[in-house]
Amino acid sequence: MISIKDLSVTYQGNLGQTLALEKINIDIASGDIYTFIGPSGCGKSTLLYVLSGIVTNYNGIVSINGRGVDPRTQRIGLILQNYGLLPWKNVYQNAMLGRRVKHDHTALDDYSRYILKELGIEDLLQRYPREISGGQQQRVAIARAFIMKPDLLLMDEPFSALDAITREEMQALFLDIWQQHSVTTIFITHSVDEALYLGRKIVVLSDSPGRILEVVDNPCFQLDNLRFRDEYYAMSVRLRNILNKG
Amino acid sequence: MISLPTKNKWQGALYSAIVVLAAWWLIAGLVQLPIIPSPVAVFKNIMDIFQTRMETHAWYSLARISAGIIISLLVGVPLGFLMGYFERVDRLLSPLVYFTYPVPKLALLPVVMLIFGLGESSKLIMIVLIVIFQIIISARDAVKGIPQEIYRSLQSLGASRFQMLTEIIIPASASEVLTSTRLALGTAISILFFTETFGTEYGMGYFIMDSWMRVNYLDMYAGIVVLSFMGFCLFTVIDLIEKYISSWR
Repeated sequence: MISIKDLSVTYQGNLGQTLALEKINIDIASGDIYTFIGPSGCGKSTLLYVLSGIVTNYNGIVSINGRGVDPRTQRIGLILQNYGLLPWKNVYQNAMLGRRVKHDHTALDDYSRYILKELGIEDLLQRYPREISGGQQQRVAIARAFIMKPDLLLMDEPFSALDAITREEMQALFLDIWQQHSVTTIFITHSVDEALYLGRKIVVLSDSPGRILEVVDNPCFQLDNLRFRDEYYAMSVRLRNILNKG
Repeated sequence: MISLPTKNKWQGALYSAIVVLAAWWLIAGLVQLPIIPSPVAVFKNIMDIFQTRMETHAWYSLARISAGIIISLLVGVPLGFLMGYFERVDRLLSPLVYFTYPVPKLALLPVVMLIFGLGESSKLIMIVLIVIFQIIISARDAVKGIPQEIYRSLQSLGASRFQMLTEIIIPASASEVLTSTRLALGTAISILFFTETFGTEYGMGYFIMDSWMRVNYLDMYAGIVVLSFMGFCLFTVIDLIEKYISSWR
């Protein structure tokens, strides 16, 4: 379980201090998936940086399974918009990077082979990131996160750089793999559609500084043919209303 | 920067060698003077004397230049990394590097010789002084050029500083550092030649100057050709290593 109490983050910019997040309070149960939606610059990414131990200068209490954030002892899978692959490592080495840093074995075992196959990149292992498409690069980033068997998966607008068709494919593929492993996941997005498709609960954030406007239960989660249903339409109107008021 | 595709490179090298040799051969044929012997005679002379009189000198020069480059890399790369990674170290050292970089290092030769004598250490120090600045600056700039996002995924994995070094900093900067080493090599060989003209009886510099003094132009040219070839080989070796490690680009 992830527990966030009174989290506020200020950072030092060129024009003095900026408040990025203000009094964030939320508990996320283990094995659940939450989407966070909010306008650009509302501090969504800052929240992920706090949870992944990149930003350590914050007020409030953040804990993962009862302990403070420490990426050295916790297994945190971070998937970024620009994929975060190392250009000098091939697909295989990138996919194994999490294990390598954690000093696990990096041989191709059944589990990693399964994940790579599931993501359809098992034939690209010797390629370098610049030799594959954006969608394929993001598959590698997802493989890297799942192969290390994370306690927590953090995704920062991972599909927003992809074209619309690839994006929907990737969302479906991700949800499929996620269901098989049920990793606690925080998924950040600025797309109402994506928030509805991927979140069991949807956290709506305000404009800067980011505050939680509302945490919405999502009845659309895991419905078949979601995008053609009335519930989807109703929910997306509701979310847009909350966002507009905020 | 001098950079050509690999296949063109070999064709280019062959083409240049042919042009230079043809021009040399033509001039030698035209002037008919002992100060410009024909390349045929020079290459024949190399075959005759290399094993008996030249090999030791070539090894000495090769050892000096290699040691100079290795020392420069061992000292310069870590310094550059520290300056690139830690803003505080950079603020402390960058002004020193910028201030001393334009000083003609060869002008320091008398000082170096006064302090370190006429032996090997002075020669090495001179080579290092020439090469190291380019290495420090390129290592520093390469590290500074690594985007913050590249570090993020490793930070979130809880990577140690050492892992940041081996997984990110070294692979990201290796090819820039080697390029600058390769470019500094030309100057380094000139310095090598110069420092070998005194205080030693070994090295290609000594061999060339000694042949000149003895008015043995065939030997002198043989020395020049061998020294140039040595430079070309080192240049090529660094180039190949660079190609190999930056195949991901």
